[in-house]
Amino acid sequence: MLTALYADIHANQEALAACLARADALGAGRHVFLGDHVGYGPDPAEVLDTIAARVERGGIAVAGNHDRAAIEVPGGRMTDSARLAIEWTQRQLEKRHRDFLDGMPLTVQEAGRLYVHANAWAPEKWEYITSAYDAARSMRATPCRWTFCGHVHTPGLYHMTEDGRTTAFAPAPGVRIPLSRRRRWLAIPGSVGQPRDGNPAACVALLEENTLHLTFLRVPYDTEAAARRIRASGLPAELGARLVSGT
Amino acid sequence: MVDGYRLDERIHRGSMATIWRVTRPGADGGPLAMKIPLLDEYETPAPIIGFEVESMILPTLSGPHVPRFVAAADFSSQPYLVMEFLDCPSLRARLERLPIEPAEVAAIGARVATALHDVHRQGVIHHDVKPSNVMFRPSGEAVLIDFGLARHDRLPDLHAEELRVPVGTGPYISPEQIRRTRNDPRSDLFGLGVVLYHLSTGKRPFGNPTTLHGLRRRFYRDPVPPRSLDPAYPPWLQEIVLRCLEVDPAGRYETAAQLAFELQHPDGVRRTARAERTSRDSLWTVGRRYLRSLGVEPDLRQSAARQLSRAPIVVVAIDLAQDSEALNDALRHAARRILEAATGARLACVTVLKTSIFGMDDPVDEEGRNRHVQGLIGLEHWARPLRLPQGRVTYHVLEAPDPGSAILDFANASNSDQILIGSRGSSTLRRYLGSVSSQVVASSECTVTVVKARTEIAADRTTAKKDASGS
Repeated sequence: MLTALYADIHANQEALAACLARADALGAGRHVFLGDHVGYGPDPAEVLDTIAARVERGGIAVAGNHDRAAIEVPGGRMTDSARLAIEWTQRQLEKRHRDFLDGMPLTVQEAGRLYVHANAWAPEKWEYITSAYDAARSMRATPCRWTFCGHVHTPGLYHMTEDGRTTAFAPAPGVRIPLSRRRRWLAIPGSVGQPRDGNPAACVALLEENTLHLTFLRVPYDTEAAARRIRASGLPAELGARLVSGT
Repeated sequence: MVDGYRLDERIHRGSMATIWRVTRPGADGGPLAMKIPLLDEYETPAPIIGFEVESMILPTLSGPHVPRFVAAADFSSQPYLVMEFLDCPSLRARLERLPIEPAEVAAIGARVATALHDVHRQGVIHHDVKPSNVMFRPSGEAVLIDFGLARHDRLPDLHAEELRVPVGTGPYISPEQIRRTRNDPRSDLFGLGVVLYHLSTGKRPFGNPTTLHGLRRRFYRDPVPPRSLDPAYPPWLQEIVLRCLEVDPAGRYETAAQLAFELQHPDGVRRTARAERTSRDSLWTVGRRYLRSLGVEPDLRQSAARQLSRAPIVVVAIDLAQDSEALNDALRHAARRILEAATGARLACVTVLKTSIFGMDDPVDEEGRNRHVQGLIGLEHWARPLRLPQGRVTYHVLEAPDPGSAILDFANASNSDQILIGSRGSSTLRRYLGSVSSQVVASSECTVTVVKARTEIAADRTTAKKDASGS
């Protein structure tokens, strides 16, 4: 079974469609969405409809901070552009979208794998994993051997020995990486809809469940078109510019 | 029986694993080798990590210089690794009768370096080059075995989290490995240097230290020069061996391919003071080196791929019989661009003296000049405007009835990364016979750049038009 992993789509249907097409072409039978499906981007309704359709066919979706914010009273810690985008997003959503988000869990566990948006130690507090130290903290907080998460918009892979020594690894796209059962792993596929590592191509990862090989991929898509649609929809222009630069 | 494999005979029992000769009843093909990690000794995770690493890296490797991967099972049941069974001796068998003659040491070294280069080209650094990890196929190719300490450029390094003890084997481990730097393919050249020193002198350059302090001595204490052990030891071999053993990887050969090239062409080895040295460095020099060794910082961006891309071997095929200054210029221009982009690149300038297939050619031309020497003069003349330092360029006059095959054979034997070859306009004769450049393009294993001189081709076209209008 080949499972495709998507994180931080951020209402970017252009990028999501490109990643789904690539995953489908490679034979992905199942799709896991790791949160922050909406926020920042121009297509929250369309993205949520797309995800809901995949979840109906056996997929999994967990909620991120933007997904929760989209159905709550505005507040909390958010940057100005994030708050503007969330207020705009709330106006786009219909009841079925709000219900879908409202019923979405923060974590899902299956067969030794944990799917969560931010981290395992306090999924509802949205703290970031930016170092081997944070990754170790998260891996120690779950009985699952493999954690898949998002929240930071840069692809990353961490591995930890039985005695807790943890190392960070920067995955190159297109390489099949075996995730040995002798250690714990925390994988961040990177962001579909708003990558921030200087490469504007959308991120997606594929997990071969039987052999436990993980492949990170980068999928180029029309970022200019996505940026134009952000501007046309009245969202802050800077949100479009960062799609083009990938920062 | 393990997973359908019948264990026929235990062929090796090491500290990390046992190796069995196995067969798969009912399946085609002969015996295979099965490696089973030793899991009893749980207090040290080294055998387990080594097994994880080898199971991860071996399936990514291909070619004649590694054992072919067949199957693997992980720790969810009985872990094992099944690979090609190599029924051939390891280099260790040769340690019983040392020293070995210089020419043979060079031949062995060139084959091992070629194998290392092939593995480096696939993004893998072996990190445990030693006689027991080198075997030779009946066809002569060296095979590297045991990738338990290896590192793959694009896969997580499971040894990176080992912060306590250096990962390697005492006599052979490079200084940077002792410092836990694991991303430089030139570490393997150090290991091979130790092997070559041992084979050619009968002694190990750094002994067999077992403590960290003993290992660290090689940061500052240079090995005894082989020529002080045996005055008949050839300077070219001492140059090569001691260069491999330089403490700073930048002082060694850029790539295993460049080392193989030197071992294949002892006459072309650029000798430095190293070649003639008969005594070790003074205590003053050793002391300075010790102080310097304290402040070494690793380059985190280094990798096998990065190092190899910095230092390609480029074969330039020059047709001296065609006296075309425009084409020679264009070839030099192409070569210069490569040399500017890849600062460790090395040019091998080649020309072919066409011989008759009966091998009855006169070595001397009509004017009584030696053709071979004329060829070398011509090549040096071509390369002079590039102003390359000695050691970055070599000249080779090949004699063969078929220039295309001669160039291809030379490029393959030198592990070359690119061939630069000129092509002239399309004359009737060329269309009839086929051109050397198109033959090289069609059959080469490496990149081929066909260089044309625009002015010359334009001139040819004008002539052709005139001919057409005149007839």
